[in-house]
Amino acid sequence: MFKIMPRLAHVFVITAALCVAPAIAMSAVEGTEPEHQEWSFDGPFGLFDRAALQRGFHVYKDICAACHTLDLVAFRNLGDAGGPGFTEAEVRALAASYMVPAEPDERGRTTDADGRPLTREATPADYYPSRFANDNAQRAANNGSLPPDLSLIVKARDGGADYLYALLTEYGHDAPEHLTVPPGQYYNPYFAGGLIAMPQPMFANQVVYADGTPATIEQMASDVTYFLAWTAEPKMEERKRLGFAVILFLIFFSGLCFLSYRRMWRNEH
Amino acid sequence: MSGPSTYAPNSGFTRWMDARLPVLRLMHDTVITFPTPRNLNIWYTFGGILTFCLGVQLVTGITLAMHYTPHTEMAFNSVEHIMRDVNYGWLLRYVHANGGSMFFLAVYIHMFRGLYYGSYKEPREMIWILGVMLYILMMATAFLGYTLPWGQMSFWAATVITSLFGAIPFIGEGIMNWLWGGFGVDNPTLQRFFSLHYLLPFVISGVVILHIWALHVPGNNNPLGIDVKGPQDTLPFHPYYTVKDLFYLSLFVILFALFVFYAPNYLGHTINYIEANPLVTPPHIVPEWYFLPFYAILRAIPDKLMGVVALFGSLLTLFFVPWLDRSKVRSARFRPTYKILFWVFVADCFVLGYAGSQPVDGTIAGGAISLLWVARLATAYYFIHFWVLMPFTHRWETPRPIPDSIAKPVLSGAS
Repeated sequence: MFKIMPRLAHVFVITAALCVAPAIAMSAVEGTEPEHQEWSFDGPFGLFDRAALQRGFHVYKDICAACHTLDLVAFRNLGDAGGPGFTEAEVRALAASYMVPAEPDERGRTTDADGRPLTREATPADYYPSRFANDNAQRAANNGSLPPDLSLIVKARDGGADYLYALLTEYGHDAPEHLTVPPGQYYNPYFAGGLIAMPQPMFANQVVYADGTPATIEQMASDVTYFLAWTAEPKMEERKRLGFAVILFLIFFSGLCFLSYRRMWRNEH
Repeated sequence: MSGPSTYAPNSGFTRWMDARLPVLRLMHDTVITFPTPRNLNIWYTFGGILTFCLGVQLVTGITLAMHYTPHTEMAFNSVEHIMRDVNYGWLLRYVHANGGSMFFLAVYIHMFRGLYYGSYKEPREMIWILGVMLYILMMATAFLGYTLPWGQMSFWAATVITSLFGAIPFIGEGIMNWLWGGFGVDNPTLQRFFSLHYLLPFVISGVVILHIWALHVPGNNNPLGIDVKGPQDTLPFHPYYTVKDLFYLSLFVILFALFVFYAPNYLGHTINYIEANPLVTPPHIVPEWYFLPFYAILRAIPDKLMGVVALFGSLLTLFFVPWLDRSKVRSARFRPTYKILFWVFVADCFVLGYAGSQPVDGTIAGGAISLLWVARLATAYYFIHFWVLMPFTHRWETPRPIPDSIAKPVLSGAS
């Protein structure tokens, strides 16, 4: 009487076919396809590894921040649920260790007696400050290239976290014959075109982890990838938790609808 | 509405109302008692699903507009503000972004349903024509909306599509400047796109009302494609079809939710998480999946103007379908040749979609076949299907015997 399964199969075959086209489009990356790593946030139930996020922030702060900004992350975010989970006291102390441009003082002055811009300690409400006055200053400090802001980098690159990890760990290969590496450029097989303006960013023991984890290149690359996966998608844990409840409800609701449907139509098929 | 109204107001207020503004009568006749063929299958539930999609896009879109800033300097970050700081902003945005894809998925199924069962044929031509108008309005709205996050793909898609008008001889450049409000896609463009993106859904809503009105004059077509002969062939819309539509809608929402919660960026493009930069052209500009077949048609023609003509021609062709199909038999169930042609056409659309997703110099079969030529053949077939095969198929096609009434094969279990 109810030939629903084969009909549903049709719907899903069509849907699947429609979904394949963009997937094919996205596979057209130019660099080497990055190998898949195991991430704690993989899959529908995967959440962030809190300790990895904290270590990853440490790596960002001590290594990446020298050249890259993190414009979309405020200090307060570091204490948000679903994130690295720093305590409020830690966030306040961390923010206070940075100086940011201050608002004009009570007489409207924006500089001190020596003409230097006024500054103040950052608060949790402030965004992570850039080391550079503007893009041009950032370029000047980086051999003419503008290092991209890292807030969304994991979502802004094909391959996401796997790509970032591969990029960070796969320096030191010899460039292929046909590729001449000009001064100020470096070879990385995972970067589109193979030539990247970023020199090898990480060396073993470059940071000292508070939890005593040995700071290998792989460890630091993995940790900072965790951290940047969180900065790109800070509501991921909330999303997956809510999604689970929503889908569970919808399955239950569909069951009720199906029973009503069958009952209503019992004499009409 | 078809048939006399059976609405009987049963309270003082409803009688008072009915004598002044019979809107309750209209609702009663439209969604409660409306006689609906009793044999509508799953593919007929997509009209309701589409109404749901429109409602979702309106509600999420109006809320997003409360937090979004249409300015080139602020748009990208205002979207991130929605994602990070607005309560459930991430949910609103992911529902709205994936809602567009779900809307198109449903509309494509709805349109192919119409093509399969001959729903555009006399006396339902106006339903089809209004439907094609809705589809084109949806495409315009989706394109305008895709510009708003002001990512790299937003900017370059807007540039590519508005530049199409530059192909028009003599006045093309003037039209482009008029559309842009300047000499390139810039802040005036973003602001007008936002304004129009907010406007068009209300135009769509109006045309939807006309579409349903036109549907309710002759009543629904059905999988047998034969006319309703009497009350034994129909069931009241409520509760029979409200409950059936609700069940399939619920399944559709599960698919929707899977995308929103577990693959929210799967249908998007990674480079749209990079802020628009007019100085950096992405290596590979691709539209959203639902535009890919038309993108393939555009690129298949070597001449820019003719490519644009083919693109618009492929859409305008749809308006003529009620007169291109000369067969008196509606449903493909009884049209053995058309049934095959229908599926070949569906496959052709997928081929075009695939070709549109690939770089223009792409190849398949290990480099043996140029995708450009695949796209050209598929484009030619698209037009041949409508302009050659549709008008002449009935001449050599012998329809299978058509049942006398809807009630008979349904009651005897022969459907």
